Amino acid sequence: MFQFENFDAFIAMGGHGPYVWGAYGISLAVMAWLALAPLRRQRALLVDLRTQLLRTQQQAQRRRGESQ
Amino acid sequence: MWQWFHKLGSPRWFYQISGKFLPWLAVACVVLIATGVVWGLAFAPQDARQGNSFRIIYIHVPASFLALAGYYVMAAAGAVGMIWKMKLADMVMVAAAPLGAALTFIALFTGAVWGKPTWGTYWIWDARITSMLVLLFLYIGIIALSRSFSTRETSARACAILALVGTVNIPIIYKSVDWWYTLHQPATIKLSGAPSMHPDMFKPLLVMILGFYCFYALVLLLNTRTEILLRERRTTWVKELAEGK
Repeated sequence: MFQFENFDAFIAMGGHGPYVWGAYGISLAVMAWLALAPLRRQRALLVDLRTQLLRTQQQAQRRRGESQ
Repeated sequence: MWQWFHKLGSPRWFYQISGKFLPWLAVACVVLIATGVVWGLAFAPQDARQGNSFRIIYIHVPASFLALAGYYVMAAAGAVGMIWKMKLADMVMVAAAPLGAALTFIALFTGAVWGKPTWGTYWIWDARITSMLVLLFLYIGIIALSRSFSTRETSARACAILALVGTVNIPIIYKSVDWWYTLHQPATIKLSGAPSMHPDMFKPLLVMILGFYCFYALVLLLNTRTEILLRERRTTWVKELAEGK
C-alpha cells in the first residue's frame, strides 16, 4: 500500500526528503556511471583500433603503389 | 575439470561467453533494482523511530554487502592469478577494484546522509565507519598500484599481495559492531536466526540485495571485458572484432 497521503508528502518524506532523495539520487547516478563507463571505453577502444588498422592498410597500399 | 579451467583462462572464450549473459543480467538488474527502489521508497512502512530516513537502508545495506563481498572476489582473483599465473584472473582483479571502491563510497555516503537525521552527525570515527574507510583506501590503493608498474606481471603480483593482506580488514568490519561500543546499529540480517526486521520492510531489502548482486556481476563482467580488449588488442580476434567481421 502507498505509504503517503499525496505526492507532496511523498517528496517531503516527513521532513527527511533531502536526505532520502539525496542518498538515492547520488547512489543511482554513481551506479549508472559504473555500468556506462566500461561500455563507452570499449567502444572508444574498438574505434581507435579500427582507424589504426585502416591507416596501416592505406600505408601498405601506398607503398605498394610507389614501388610499382 | 582441468580442461574447463584452462578454457576459462582464455580471454577470448570468456569474452564470447560473457557476451551472451550480459543482456539477461542487465534486464534482471534493472527490473530488480527498479522494483526495490519503488517498493522501498513508497510502499514499505516507515520506521517507528527513524521515520522516512530509514528508507536509505535499501541502498546502504546492499551497497555495503557488495563492497565487502567484492573485496573477497578481488582478493580471490588476485590469489588465483598469482598461484596459477592465469591472465584472466589478473584482469578480474583489476576490474573489481574500481567497482568495489564505488560501492564502498556509496555505502559511506548513504551512511553519512542517514546519520545526520538519525544520530545528529554526518561522520563519527567509530569502529564500523573507520574500518569501512580503510576498505575504501585499500581499494584506491590497489587501483593506484595497478597503474604504477610498467610490467603487467609485477603489477599483478603487487596488487594480489596487497589485496590478500587487506582481507584482514573484512572480518574486522563485520565484527566491529559487536566488538566495540559504537553508534552504528548491529547487523540487520544475520546468517543465523531471523532478521530483526518486519517482513514488510525486509522483503524490499531482499529484492534490492538480489538486484545489487546482479549489478555487481554485470559491471564486473563489463570491466573485465574492457580489460580483455585493452590487453588483447594486438591479437587477431580483437582486430577482427574492431573491423566488425
